[in-house]
Amino acid sequence: MLPELGEGIIKAVVAVWHVGPGEYVQASDDVVEVVTDKATFNVPAGQAGRIKEILVKEGGEAKIGEALALIEFST
Amino acid sequence: MDICRVQDLRLIDYFKAWECQKRIVSSVINGGHHTLLLCEHPVVVTLGRVTPKENFLTPPEELESREIQIIAIDRGGDVTLHAPGQIVSYPIFNLLKIGKDLRAFLDHLEQVAIDLLQDFDIVATRIFGQRGVWVGKEKIASIGIGVRKWVSFHGMAINVNTDLKYFSLIKPCGLDVQMTSLRKILGKDIDLDLVKTLIIKRYAKNFNLHLIPGDPF
Repeated sequence: MLPELGEGIIKAVVAVWHVGPGEYVQASDDVVEVVTDKATFNVPAGQAGRIKEILVKEGGEAKIGEALALIEFST
Repeated sequence: MDICRVQDLRLIDYFKAWECQKRIVSSVINGGHHTLLLCEHPVVVTLGRVTPKENFLTPPEELESREIQIIAIDRGGDVTLHAPGQIVSYPIFNLLKIGKDLRAFLDHLEQVAIDLLQDFDIVATRIFGQRGVWVGKEKIASIGIGVRKWVSFHGMAINVNTDLKYFSLIKPCGLDVQMTSLRKILGKDIDLDLVKTLIIKRYAKNFNLHLIPGDPF
């Protein structure tokens, strides 16, 4: 999910995915880099699991709070 | 008041400084002090994440034939150029302590440059919708940052004695803009060490930091 990045920032562009579908991630792993204003920001997975689906592809725009990928919980 | 290490890397290859930044980012993520790096780079063109090819006014092959490096990097912003005489500052700051607000952080960076220029009786401003710092219609400082785990890296470049002819090779920040420098405005070379000292003071004031010397590089 795209986190709050600061007052007045309502969206960001997905620049680079560091992971792809099927890959396992830890909650703290940076999985995607987004760009807003003159800043890039690395977004962590937020939960451990397997990347099921990328929802916003590189070059796509996302709003704050929007899901960027689906992650299946690890068991 | 947070502690901030300050380190002057002097004239340093872009890649070496980048590696240095990465090491310090990891250290700050793991609880180390904020760190402010200052340096100059040999002539190098860097591309942000959103640089379209048309923002090269000179074909990349020609730049390479002139031994000007082109490096794609992980910062926001468009194409920019570094050269000797330009002071680059890399604030590797923990924004969890300073404030989790990218826009406010960028505003503070611009304010550092505006205040620095005021020390030379130069009135500098922001232009709405354009990042960076301007003197009249000419741009004097460019900014672009990256953030990992809420720790910032990359930063701001301000033209002091920069040879401005290099900027004709690119479209700085993707804009049809003239660049300027302290030397151009004041009509004389400026002592780079003096400018560095003033920049450090302005960072301390704008970010409320207690400065200590960093480890030798």
